[in-house]
Amino acid sequence: MAKIVIENLKKSFGDFTAVHSSSFTIEDGEFFMLLGPSGCGKTTTLRMIAGLEMPTSGDIYIGGEEVSQKPASKRDIAFVFQMFALYPHMNVKRNLIYPLISQGMKRKDVKRKLAEVVEILGIADILNKPVGGLSGGDRQRVALGRAIVRDPKAFMMDEPLGALDAEFREHMAEELRALHDRMNATTVYVTHDQLEAMQMGDKIVVMNEGRVEQFGTPQEIYDKPATLFVADFIGSPSMNFLEFDGAINTGDSQIDFDGQRLSVPQQRESVEGKLVLGVRPEHVALTNYHNGLQGRILATEYLGTTQIVTVKTATGEVKVRQDASVPATLDDQVGLTFNAKTLTVFNQGSGQALMSELNEGVLDRG
Amino acid sequence: MSFSVTEPSKRQKSIAGFLVITYALITLVPLFWVFITGFKTPPDSISYPPKVFFSPSLEGYVNLFTTRTRVTPEQMQALPPPVGFAEAIVRNRDMVIAGPSKFGERFMNSIIIGFGSTFLSIFLGTLAAYGFSRFNVPLKDDLMFFILSTRMMPPIAVAIPIFLMYRQLGLSDTHVGMILLYTAVNISLAVWLLKGFIDEIPREYEEAALIDGYTRFQAFYKVVLPQAATGIASTAIFCLIFAWNEYAFAVLLTSGTAQTAPPFIPTIIGVGGLDWPAVAAGATLFLLPVLIFTIVLRKHLLRGITFGAVRK
Ligand SMILES: Nc1ncnc2c1ncn2[C@@H]1O[C@H](COP(=O)(O)OP(=O)(O)O)[C@@H](O)[C@H]1O
Ligand SMILES: [Mg+2]
Repeated sequence: MAKIVIENLKKSFGDFTAVHSSSFTIEDGEFFMLLGPSGCGKTTTLRMIAGLEMPTSGDIYIGGEEVSQKPASKRDIAFVFQMFALYPHMNVKRNLIYPLISQGMKRKDVKRKLAEVVEILGIADILNKPVGGLSGGDRQRVALGRAIVRDPKAFMMDEPLGALDAEFREHMAEELRALHDRMNATTVYVTHDQLEAMQMGDKIVVMNEGRVEQFGTPQEIYDKPATLFVADFIGSPSMNFLEFDGAINTGDSQIDFDGQRLSVPQQRESVEGKLVLGVRPEHVALTNYHNGLQGRILATEYLGTTQIVTVKTATGEVKVRQDASVPATLDDQVGLTFNAKTLTVFNQGSGQALMSELNEGVLDRG
Repeated sequence: MSFSVTEPSKRQKSIAGFLVITYALITLVPLFWVFITGFKTPPDSISYPPKVFFSPSLEGYVNLFTTRTRVTPEQMQALPPPVGFAEAIVRNRDMVIAGPSKFGERFMNSIIIGFGSTFLSIFLGTLAAYGFSRFNVPLKDDLMFFILSTRMMPPIAVAIPIFLMYRQLGLSDTHVGMILLYTAVNISLAVWLLKGFIDEIPREYEEAALIDGYTRFQAFYKVVLPQAATGIASTAIFCLIFAWNEYAFAVLLTSGTAQTAPPFIPTIIGVGGLDWPAVAAGATLFLLPVLIFTIVLRKHLLRGITFGAVRK
């Protein structure tokens, strides 16, 4: 297993740049998520790490060795494809041992490794079947088996659950995570599903239009978004954005917002102009009309233990997540207060979060 | 996969069956006639009205494979008794076997040139198709069009330049020359057909092999080729049929060493009268290799023809 370091990695297809100068580090044994909307360059990034695509520029270090110009066959990495790509003309067993044959491994050792993998994945009963007739879950297991049989330096997985039924996906996600924890294998996992990324990942890199927006733990990314894009993409419902004109000075812990003084984490930058206040729905509380930001309840959405209340205010709609037992009646006039420690102010023009007491540890890295 | 409309009714099935059988009969009757003519005696073969029932004879086949000379009755008397059935048949016609005919040789030429050019077309065509399918070949579309454009006129339109070129290059009437010529004609078909088949094979299979530690060539050889077997088989049949049946260039460019069976068979007619049974025997034997090749590969051929029509 190995640590993977990506430095200023870039990929252009003709005039089109699919990945702009990306940098991030995947620690040894980490379950690492490449997250972003469709077409943002996740697959391209993964393929460059695996050696299926040659980077236009930049460096890739796997276990300390620079490999960006090495062919895939020399990188000792396993790849689980989106559609699994099991060899269709071979049965399950042949598929599993094919990576071992290329290494010229002895028959006895091949047998032992095969038995090991079959045991881990519980696929003894399908070993002699052709891969054509397998169910989605079994294909997935065989694809994983083919990846782990070789003890590679790292695993690449391109939306491995994307081809499965919704109900099976959750089960397989757990199996995958359990497999990872058992083997402690460095894993790079591509997904466009933010929930999947938050649930499974040790670290997440969020990409958008070929650029790395933020890189960190799920908590960091959720609580301390570095950009408007990340704040919007992560979380459901996503963060509330309230636009305002204002000025902020280094050291401020109160800002002028919509005619009132609002407490925020102590700011570390000075800016003036169009700004956006970001607040997660669970950090907004409903109070009586005379406190905080005033508005009217527009809709409520019952979610079992919690509910989402949509409040229309002068600066836009605000979604509030609160306990389902708190009464909320349509058209009621209410006041909104924010949990000061959790607020993030963004520069509307650049989309970047302003540095503050809250996020200074995180933003340095980006 | 199974987008069933409605199961055809019994009546529809029997009508379809009737049409297929009728069509098969119509196309098979001439072949059948050639086949039986090969086993007639020359008088039977030209008798009027035509004979459907006759006593079979191998005279056609004997005549096909031998050259014969007429002898006088006195000479015949002097000969020792005939050895073998062939000699006996020939002596009935007051002749003796002078030696083997050229048919065996010509037939071998057909085999060498037909299969040789098919192999070469498939070999080059598969590599080219793979390259066009998988790599960023500069001017790919123009090159593909250029390859196709060689098919836009009948090949015989360039017969005269080729005739002159071949004479200059010393390729006239050589096996290599004919193999190259048929390969040149077939390769455009091969590249286009095979590219279609290879395009349908997901790249991920090869990429999986690359990841598993195989080289690009091993991935091509061990993963792509088995997947493309259907396409290769059906393309090979098309190439062989063309090379096997080709007549015009064969007449023009070959006369001796490298002459194939198609220009040879008609020359039988001129030897010792209209020997239809020998011609029919030659035609029957000539049909066999393609028939066998097609039957051997027919599973692939059927799947090949419907390939692409049925998507997963
Ligand atoms: N081989 C290629 N040639 C040209 N454009 C490509 C190629 N591969 C990917 N792209 C483009 O690069 C962008 C990113 O693709 P991809 O990495 O597959 O996105 P994702 O996996 O995040 O959905 C897309 O706009 C895609 O069209
Ligand atoms: Mg993708």
